[in-house]
Amino acid sequence: MEIKCEVPGNDFDRAGEASASIKKALQRLGVPADIVRRVAIGTYEGEMNALIHAGGGVIKAEITSNLTIITVKDKGPGIADVQQAMKEGFSTAPDYVRAMGFGAGMGLPNMMKCSDKFSINTVVNKGTKITMRFEHK
Amino acid sequence: MSDSYLHSVYVIKDACNGCVACVKYCPTEAIRVRNGKAEIISTRCIDCGECIRRCPTHAMTAVVDTLEATHKYSYNVVLAAPSLYAQFPASVRREVIWQGLKMLGFDEIFDLSAAGDYIAQEIEQYVQCYTGGRKPIISSACPAVLRLIQVKFPELIQQVIPVLSPGEAAAIYVKKNVCAKQNLSEEKVGVWFITPCPAKGTNIRQSVDVKHTKMAGSISEASIYGELRRVMHNAIPEENLKQTITTGSSYGVGWGSCGGEIAASGLENALSVQGVSDVFEVLEQISMNKMNDVDFVELYSCSRGCVGGPFVAINRFVAEKNLKLRIRTLRQNEPQERLAARKSGMTCDGFPTSEDYVKVLEPRPMMQLDEDINVAMEKLEKMDTVLNTLPGIDCGACGAPNCQCLAEDIVQGKAFETDCIFILRSRVKKFAQGMIELSTQIPLTGTTKAEKTKEDQENES
Ligand SMILES: Nc1ncnc2c1ncn2[C@@H]1O[C@H](COP(=O)(O)OP(=O)(O)O)[C@@H](O)[C@H]1O
Ligand code: SF4
Ligand SMILES: [Mg+2]
Repeated sequence: MEIKCEVPGNDFDRAGEASASIKKALQRLGVPADIVRRVAIGTYEGEMNALIHAGGGVIKAEITSNLTIITVKDKGPGIADVQQAMKEGFSTAPDYVRAMGFGAGMGLPNMMKCSDKFSINTVVNKGTKITMRFEHK
Repeated sequence: MSDSYLHSVYVIKDACNGCVACVKYCPTEAIRVRNGKAEIISTRCIDCGECIRRCPTHAMTAVVDTLEATHKYSYNVVLAAPSLYAQFPASVRREVIWQGLKMLGFDEIFDLSAAGDYIAQEIEQYVQCYTGGRKPIISSACPAVLRLIQVKFPELIQQVIPVLSPGEAAAIYVKKNVCAKQNLSEEKVGVWFITPCPAKGTNIRQSVDVKHTKMAGSISEASIYGELRRVMHNAIPEENLKQTITTGSSYGVGWGSCGGEIAASGLENALSVQGVSDVFEVLEQISMNKMNDVDFVELYSCSRGCVGGPFVAINRFVAEKNLKLRIRTLRQNEPQERLAARKSGMTCDGFPTSEDYVKVLEPRPMMQLDEDINVAMEKLEKMDTVLNTLPGIDCGACGAPNCQCLAEDIVQGKAFETDCIFILRSRVKKFAQGMIELSTQIPLTGTTKAEKTKEDQENES
């Protein structure tokens, strides 16, 4: 099955709603708790990046009996140097965002760590698409 | 899901007026009003007692033992918890409270603060030696929190510290000791806990954290409070009473209210959270790895900790103040330094170490719609469709805490769409409109076309 969630740009009041609803769905499906936790963490980071860096986007969860694939897509500025962006602690988040406790530069590295397969597709001025794969076992 | 799961909270049906106060406040969405009465879904209840606090008609209560139950044993020991001391001003000496407990029929008293000192030492060592692994480490002291983790946050089970609660550890120690000293067999000795909450009582009947409990049962603090006060009024402590009772340090006493466990364990990078909704929020944060720079969290389901338990007699803020003052007085006669002070409270030879008795929490996830993931997916999709037809205002009039829960209940065959009063109203309206429409279409002649043709045919032949 497929679940789609809109991520509103820069709306911090609604931050985390998309990943929370995907988490709840996986729990209802009986996906093992550890995996739900990893999906939730990865999805949350993707959601926050779309919200903070790209003016919003769309999250899609494709769920089968043994697999969850999360895609986070936005039409934001894209990432010029992916290698640099993937480094722990690297962040271009503005000060006001950091003041809210975001922008530690751990989002992308954590997404890679918590998923079984991670890929990033980004074009400057066009947008970014992140795919995370989670096996249910 | 097994229904053999025990909980202590239950509904007094005659007293329930079907309002949805309990339904709304239940942290695990375990209550529904059906046919005008509250019903508890046993697999979801964690015995936090929030419904007992919220029910305006006192229809929510819990199974506990009464003093009569002690008559089954020839020798009874009571575990006196800090939350019990907190019911009295600091000026009331513990000796008087102990004497009062003796006058209620207990043969012996064990001061739980002693166990608090031992467990605090275990916590301190565990946290210090913790290498790697996920953080923060989560306290195991409140059984309602443990049950919340089982049903809602099973992914956090491995972060729960594998140490016994002071009560369970004390019971193991006391039982062994008393049997030896009094030369009695185990079944003759009853170890009782005067409990501030239903959760502790449930844990005695069906433990989540200790392999074999040594407690006979629990007696609610509120139920003996009046009687205890009455007998304490004339109580003159026996001579040498203090010498016959094992007591702990002021740090052990501190366990009764918030921050006490952390203070006794000497943890600095640790935090204390109380009240079930705040605990819920923090567990969510921990699950999202948002708190992994904290070493230890002390979580209590009740506001202000055990002094705020559903079964305590006096106001929790006053109780907290009482306890703080008592601690301050006790400190005056203790070594200044924490470790030395705590050590002074540890005088039990052969006090059990958790390792030998502690049980790993079992996950009991409760959200799953079906054992078969493919069926669960169908149900989830159906739930979404149903949810879209509901008004989304979470009014609770259907007896479920919110529209999402009603949608789930409908999909699970436990409720009807028309349980929603808005859907019912629109169906009634449609039905009524249909009736009006029909009534205008009834021919005034009183004969239908079909009847007329039939008549004509008969006439012709
Ligand atoms: N969806 C995105 N669109 C544009 N830039 C992004 C996006 N996601 C990440 N980035 C860039 O990569 C950097 C690192 O991202 P991340 O590791 O999540 O750290 P943080 O979000 O804390 O800055 C960001 O600061 C930003 O410059
Ligand atoms: S905080 Fe204390 S009184 Fe409240 S449920 Fe937990 S153990 Fe019982
Ligand atoms: Mg980020």
